[in-house]
Amino acid sequence: MSDTRAVRITINGSVHEAEVEPRRTLADFIREDAGLKGTHLACEHGFCGNCNVAFDGDTIRSCLMFAVQADGHEIETVEALCEPGGALSELQQAFTDHAAVQCGYCTPAMLLTAREFLRDHPGETDEETIREGISSVVCRCTGYQQIVDAIRSLA
Amino acid sequence: MSIEQHPAAAEIALETRLKEAGARRSIGKSINRVEDPRFLRGEGRYLDDIVLPHMTHAAIVRSPHAHARIVSIDASRAEALPGVVRVVTGADVTEHAAPLPSFGAAGIIQHMIAVHKVRHYGEAVAVVVAEDRYIAEDACDLIDVVYEPLPAVLDPFAASDEDAPLLHDALGTNVAYERTFTFGDVDGTFARSPRKVQARLRWPRSTAMPMDTNGAIGDYDRGTGVVTVWANSMNFTYFQWLLAACLKVPTSKLNVVPVAAGGSFGSKFFMHKVPCLAGFLSKLVGRPVKYVEDRIDHIVNNDHAGSDRHYDAELAFDDDGTFRALRIRVVDDYGAYLQFGTGTHGNSLSQIVGPYRIGEVEYSLQAVLTNKNQQGAYRGFGAEVSNWVLERLVDFAARDLGVDRVELRRRNLIGPDEFPYRTPTGNIYDSGNYPGVVEKVLEASDYTGWVAERDRARAEGRHIGIGVVASQERSVFSSTEFWFWFDEPSFTPTSSPESASLQIDPTGQITVTLHSQAMWGNSPETVVSQVVAEEFDVDPASVHITYADSQHALPGTGPGGSRFTVMVSGAVAGAAGEVKDKMRRIVAHKLEVGEEDLEFRDGGVNVVGSPDRAMSISDIALTAYMFHLDLPAGMESGLAAQSTYDHPLTTLPNDDRSDLGIFYPFVGHAWHIAVVEVDVETGKVKFLRYAAVHDAGTIVNPKTLDGQVIGGTVQGLGTALYEEYLYDDEGRVRNETFEYYHLPSSMDAPSITVGHQETPSPYTAYGIKGAGEGGRMLTPAIMSAAIEDALSDHAVRITSLPISAEQIVAWAAGEGDQPR
Repeated sequence: MSDTRAVRITINGSVHEAEVEPRRTLADFIREDAGLKGTHLACEHGFCGNCNVAFDGDTIRSCLMFAVQADGHEIETVEALCEPGGALSELQQAFTDHAAVQCGYCTPAMLLTAREFLRDHPGETDEETIREGISSVVCRCTGYQQIVDAIRSLA
Repeated sequence: MSIEQHPAAAEIALETRLKEAGARRSIGKSINRVEDPRFLRGEGRYLDDIVLPHMTHAAIVRSPHAHARIVSIDASRAEALPGVVRVVTGADVTEHAAPLPSFGAAGIIQHMIAVHKVRHYGEAVAVVVAEDRYIAEDACDLIDVVYEPLPAVLDPFAASDEDAPLLHDALGTNVAYERTFTFGDVDGTFARSPRKVQARLRWPRSTAMPMDTNGAIGDYDRGTGVVTVWANSMNFTYFQWLLAACLKVPTSKLNVVPVAAGGSFGSKFFMHKVPCLAGFLSKLVGRPVKYVEDRIDHIVNNDHAGSDRHYDAELAFDDDGTFRALRIRVVDDYGAYLQFGTGTHGNSLSQIVGPYRIGEVEYSLQAVLTNKNQQGAYRGFGAEVSNWVLERLVDFAARDLGVDRVELRRRNLIGPDEFPYRTPTGNIYDSGNYPGVVEKVLEASDYTGWVAERDRARAEGRHIGIGVVASQERSVFSSTEFWFWFDEPSFTPTSSPESASLQIDPTGQITVTLHSQAMWGNSPETVVSQVVAEEFDVDPASVHITYADSQHALPGTGPGGSRFTVMVSGAVAGAAGEVKDKMRRIVAHKLEVGEEDLEFRDGGVNVVGSPDRAMSISDIALTAYMFHLDLPAGMESGLAAQSTYDHPLTTLPNDDRSDLGIFYPFVGHAWHIAVVEVDVETGKVKFLRYAAVHDAGTIVNPKTLDGQVIGGTVQGLGTALYEEYLYDDEGRVRNETFEYYHLPSSMDAPSITVGHQETPSPYTAYGIKGAGEGGRMLTPAIMSAAIEDALSDHAVRITSLPISAEQIVAWAAGEGDQPR
């Protein structure tokens, strides 16, 4: 598997150029090549959504996409949500205010998925709709309720 | 020994009351978790985020057979692959390592890589160490293993037959443990009781399934001989000497470094396979080696953390509904190995009578080995299983008597004036006001309103059901529960301490070091910060928390059995008390006032009633470190203390084990009420209402406690409705991915109204009780009760989990098995 291809992927506004094997996943590219460890892998077969990132603005599973497929595209990860060391974004603040974080492992994916939901459903307060909106991410700690509360507080 | 005879109990109770005289300033407040910002920014630093220079990566070849002799392993093709560093097999383990630690019977030997034979599907057979994980996994496909399949035994009842294939020849049987404990005249009481209910109940194996799998990085330093292991384990002190023995290094040459874990739920409490393997591989290859389970690794070779039990249970009671005696026979299918021994049944025995006045108990346990993955530890640690069994029996008794389920439970509740309450096994319940919890949950759920609504909807042909269940939530185990099983145990530890070091640096910054855990999803740093804030009246967010590695750790046990908050609060209070004493002496000396006239307020120490006569913490600290001549004569420089808090209330079992002693005494109490509507055509269960009221003693942080209750409840929902490891006839795990092992999603989980009652423990610092497991102790019982009620026109009696949609549809159609 030594054949490689050149890719140019923009992550959080920075361009990352590398020679990668065609089989290298976007998740591994983000974590290992770009060194952004906020994107987490939990099942690596597309079910848990803990690796969710924004791909040209829409949520995708970074474990199910190859890095070569992201060539020329723009990715956003949790690290884009606030300045390093800076104040938390409104969404991040809502999560901590509502105790929506426990182990923190799904949190980055949950934040990105919630951000997309809030963008696409402004003012939405219906609980079932919010629950459906984040249903692509599995959280094993919280039972989801405080995450739903955090998202609803920003409607 | 009974509580009345315990020499320390009265003293502890008195001290606790004195300490608790003042008003709270931080404990009890819903502050934001101090851990959150780094996790919200994606800066949590989990195990797989750590990269060491020159690090290699490991992948594992796993057995496709449940039981087989390993005839040969040919790794030549793998070794020839560029980037492969080394292939490691059982032969290397035999030569360079000792077996893994185990608390089971002596004949059960487990290695980190199988030696000579495999005993379950997925057991590690060979390991590839390579320059990256892709190459390591490529190389796994190039290793040729020849197996001689052996007959596999998957059924625990078949496994206990004399001619069953043996898992461990050295043990000579697959029955690893068998004993009956009798507390009282159980046979006589059953014979005399006018009524009894009996049920065969089945609790299937499932697991904790944290999102972050087990992982470790071994880093062997040939120069010093130290094996450093970074691990997302939850235990860095209590058992590390056992890991060192496995690695064949002196304990002083093993250093296990805490790393944040993305969830544990018990399953990382004593991680042994993964840290040992990483350390071992690093020793062999002389470079750092990272091994992180992928999800399939986790499912097929990490512990199947939950219990796997077959029950025959009976409850004897009077015509007026008074409970008399409980008889339980349980066969537990432990799988191929027995890491924790039968400690999970200690948990069952600690609260076997639930919150009810049941005077007599018989408990027969048979622990059986089969060709399945081994059990581990999972939120509830066996007590959630026995609670399901007990609450099922209580529901069946209510049906037998034709009385209301709430009323029957109320009639048998231990009264508020009966504490400390000695249960038949010898364990005590420290405090409680159970009727108070009942009132709160009935109100929070609008129980009466929903009963009327259910009956109205039923007339329309809808299937609405209500579940009402109670549970105890024991907390803070004593280690006696791991050995009181045996008349002549080989090792009888009685310690399960927790430690904290508290240091105030010369600028007044407070750092607390914890000693046997990492951040694991609960909020250790918030708990500690709130206790420090309580003691010193400082901003909790200003307190810095660190975690000691095993080479620097004081005695500690780690977070298991809901012990962490109780124990660490005691340790921090102890260390804070020493530091505060010293600060008082310094201030009294400088201000020329009596120590008894001083109070800690607003980040300093002042004379009571004269806030201007004060020294700030930083002034005191600077004096303590830099101005020795200003200190009282004979006082050492510096401002730090360490404290080890031992279990405050535990006693030994008696010789004949008719009294197991006090081993799990800080006992919370909870009631849940669920209203569901069942769609009998699809089997879908929809929540109309869910209310949970818990009493966990003094609450440290209400909103994080809510999170524990809700999260535990939803995890229990998975156990109740979805989760079960499925083995095929050959012993292969059929659902080894999330595609087929369904975890509750945001669409499955109910919205829960959480209520609290606070009945402090008389025996712990601040009156705190553990509260991390309660939710999961109730959901299996409540879902059984609610669905059964919804299907009442079909006379369903739910005695096995999970309650699948298919099963519901079958019941509603008048089909499917309806066990007696």
